[in-house]
Amino acid sequence: MANKTVANEHHGFPWKHLIGFVLSIVLTLFALWIALETDLSMTWILIIIFGFAFLQAALQLLMFMHVTENSTKSNLTSRVQIGNILFAAFVAIVIVIGSVWVMAAGHAKHDKHQHSPKTENHENHGGGSEHDSGEHGSHE
Amino acid sequence: MAHAETHDPNTPLEYRSETGRLNILGFWIFLGAEIALFATLFATYMVLEHRIADGPSPGELFEVKSLLIQTFLLLTSSFTCGLAVHEMRRQNVKGLITWMAITLGLGLGFLYFEIEEFLHFIHEGANIGTSAAWSGFFVLVGTHGAHVTFGIFWVTMVLIQVAKRGLTPATSAKVFITSLYWHFLDVVWIFIFTAVYLMGMVMHNG
Repeated sequence: MANKTVANEHHGFPWKHLIGFVLSIVLTLFALWIALETDLSMTWILIIIFGFAFLQAALQLLMFMHVTENSTKSNLTSRVQIGNILFAAFVAIVIVIGSVWVMAAGHAKHDKHQHSPKTENHENHGGGSEHDSGEHGSHE
Repeated sequence: MAHAETHDPNTPLEYRSETGRLNILGFWIFLGAEIALFATLFATYMVLEHRIADGPSPGELFEVKSLLIQTFLLLTSSFTCGLAVHEMRRQNVKGLITWMAITLGLGLGFLYFEIEEFLHFIHEGANIGTSAAWSGFFVLVGTHGAHVTFGIFWVTMVLIQVAKRGLTPATSAKVFITSLYWHFLDVVWIFIFTAVYLMGMVMHNG
């Protein structure tokens, strides 16, 4: 299938690119609208706009970057390319969600050194916690 | 060398030499590493975005207009870059160079508005040293901007080579690889758009 794509798509009108472009614009504007103009809860906004972001990234990879394209008859290169990108995406998601979960999502309340007289002299980052939203830096 | 290989006449030029094929595959592997690099910068920013010390919060200073201008410039440049490769595969050197030149122009426009936005933030009292949140912001978005800057120089040099040598298995593989790089920058921007700007504005409003 992918081999056929390579062979056929470089003749005629670039429909694939045009469709990818239009869909990208629609997804961008729709994400902006969801984020700023609707009264959905924060959780739903996050799910929807990140869903759109991954969808749009997939569009770029498939429509513009031809990630499924093969240079060999055996489909080996496309499998390596797709596997590598999916693994990289997995690593990225683990790094981002893992970091946010460990460092920011509620665990900050265990961050006792902000009030400890021992470290007060040389710690100067207490200022941030006053501005944090509810779940962060709640003080005992 | 290429002369020993037989090809389907439909095989794009950039895949006809062993070097071209391996370079393209290798570049995909490199993009995987770039994804991991940007993931660490995203993680840093998202962990620190509430640590605003005495400065403004990012969501407070973000503006929809500037964001949309930058987003559409980069998105369109990704599209025109795709058209350039499409023309290359039709052996149309002139079309390739024209679309790539438009891509570069849009990239320069993106950089102009990004730098203008950075200057605006600095004017409003948010520079790289203002707070942990702004350090994270400028390092993440600045790294992306640096990639775009590098891409503009790189594409320009590859285009000069195409103009001088024409489309060969070697030059077409280079064009294809720069196009992957350029599309990748748009992919990163999609996530900056979502995770930095949209989320920042949502949290500021809500």
